[in-house]
Amino acid sequence: MSARKAILQVKGLQTSFFTDDGVIPAVDNIDFSVHEGEVLGIVGESGCGKSVTSLSIMGLVPSPPGKITGGEILFGDKDLTKLSDKEMRKVRGNDVAMIFQEPMTSLNPLFTIGNQLMEAILIHKKDWSKKKARERAIEMLKLVGLPRSEELMKDYPHQLSGGMRQRVMIAMALVCDPKVLIADEPTTALDVTIQAQILALMKDLNERLNTAVLLITHDLGVVAETCERVVVMYAGQIVEEGPVPIIFKDPQHPYTKGLLQSVPDMRFKKQRLYSIPGNVPKPGSISKGCRFAARCEFAFDKCLTENPDLYQTSSVHKTRCFLYQNQEVLAHDRTLIES
Amino acid sequence: MTEPLLKVEGLKKYFPIRKGLLSRVSGHVKAVDDVSFYVNKGETLGIVGESGCGKSTTGRMLMRLLEPSEGKVFFDGKELTSISSDDMRKARREIQMVFQDPYASLNPRHTIEKILEEPLIVHGIGNPKERKKKVRDFLEIVGLSSYHAKRYPHQFSGGQRQRIGIARALMTNPKLIIADEPVSALDVSIQAQVLNLMQDLQKELNLTYIFIAHDLGVVRHISDRVGVMYLGKMVEVAVSEKLYDKPLHPYTQALLSAVPVPDPNFVRDQILIKGDIPSPSNPPSGCTFHTRCPFKMDVCTKIVPKLVEVEPGHSVACHLYGEQAQQ
Repeated sequence: MSARKAILQVKGLQTSFFTDDGVIPAVDNIDFSVHEGEVLGIVGESGCGKSVTSLSIMGLVPSPPGKITGGEILFGDKDLTKLSDKEMRKVRGNDVAMIFQEPMTSLNPLFTIGNQLMEAILIHKKDWSKKKARERAIEMLKLVGLPRSEELMKDYPHQLSGGMRQRVMIAMALVCDPKVLIADEPTTALDVTIQAQILALMKDLNERLNTAVLLITHDLGVVAETCERVVVMYAGQIVEEGPVPIIFKDPQHPYTKGLLQSVPDMRFKKQRLYSIPGNVPKPGSISKGCRFAARCEFAFDKCLTENPDLYQTSSVHKTRCFLYQNQEVLAHDRTLIES
Repeated sequence: MTEPLLKVEGLKKYFPIRKGLLSRVSGHVKAVDDVSFYVNKGETLGIVGESGCGKSTTGRMLMRLLEPSEGKVFFDGKELTSISSDDMRKARREIQMVFQDPYASLNPRHTIEKILEEPLIVHGIGNPKERKKKVRDFLEIVGLSSYHAKRYPHQFSGGQRQRIGIARALMTNPKLIIADEPVSALDVSIQAQVLNLMQDLQKELNLTYIFIAHDLGVVRHISDRVGVMYLGKMVEVAVSEKLYDKPLHPYTQALLSAVPVPDPNFVRDQILIKGDIPSPSNPPSGCTFHTRCPFKMDVCTKIVPKLVEVEPGHSVACHLYGEQAQQ
């Protein structure tokens, strides 16, 4: 299905926070890859580690108390976890760029839009003249659908609305033609009509510029609408991964199933919402067994004592649940798939 | 037809904008501009809209946590807008509110017992022993345990705190609960738990809800009727099936088509409306939606459309419908 090349590979990533209450692994041994030009979603509830994953890729985990304690993040042949701060700065914004949830706080209120856009360009393109950078900045503002882009260069962030600010953030992120754009809850702070505009813009740019997008969200609707593949996270682990049409039609992991059933659907009225009992476990509180076992209606003895692996249940589908252990594609077949 | 429990007529809230040395009033933010609706006994009225549309201001005015600039609110046959603040305090025994932020709406220095007992003390209900028993009973009703009474708010998760917020609202046996974004700060799996709880309580205790939210899926799930607000005005009110299946107002149509649906195979004609919500301090003339409306006509820029019932149980404020009624 996806014959496209993986451009960003996360292998066995573990990011921990060293707190007074001990070491808390917020992200615990996760593997996934972003393919060229695709839109990959990471979905999960608060505290599942989705944001820490994106910050780890960008090398932005606040340290201390956070630290990448294991695994590697491969961009091409570079391991991003091994780079020095100076080398990382060259990657950040140039190869991999990021947009954040809060368009209100991610722009500097003291500088004009033009100033901030040109700064991003001039840091990475040392040989460019200011004039050239300015032209590029205006071109980017036009690309993200902002009207009167020349005047906008002189405006300050407070003069723009939330939706416009998020467009500026996208323009800034794409100004150096990154291969991967990480979008961490890019529309959560926006109203639904504005969210629709921004999602349409991101999809359009993904197609036109062939920039791969890693979209982090808690909203399954946003995933269904924009992503090709999705990774479902729970308590710091990946619990399911696969193409969006398959995951939404035939979810395997009980958590994914529960999550999909608990969303109220606007198209018809459900008599009663399904709800997953209990709460998300506190990070670090899980000792052994499957992390979802305490809330799972299918849990059996083994679930409480052993942690299931992420089983490859078809060529494109992976699930971390003992119920699907026997459906695992044989090791022989798997090597065929990977080659 | 049952008599409406709550009836609102021509409700307005203008916040003055003050400028200059003498802080002269230079204009008004028309947060809520001439809104009328009713809620029947035992039903749930959902109010949806985007940020700044005035839905929360409306909710607060019903309880007179904000004084309305104009308009009348009738509750159970009584006019609430003209009574003294003392009488209003007594009336609040029957109207209670659940707030959005379960982290900010509970006093961090009080135990849950104290938080839940307070409304009973304020309204002089029961003796200390009865009150303590009632606190424990209601903790059980909202799905917590009586031993939680001695704990402090920080010891609970968001979903549990919202349960406490609901328990507090129920303590005085109210008839009407105004819930302002009660689940928007919660994760989906917890959101479903709280929505189910609210529906169960409604049946058991025969409650009436006004449910204010921005999430259209949630509102459809819980509401019998839904009102859509835009820039301080109610643009459409209908029974929820009608509103979702056959929205009439162009804004409602655009709003519904903008919501991402958790089904990758779902195809629809998305209506992308351009631009941002205009500032309520300087709203457009005529119909406030005309700056973004795909069906704009000449009349829309001049005359404010009235909310007209175009078919039983379905009212809309738009010049495309019921021109006769305008004349």
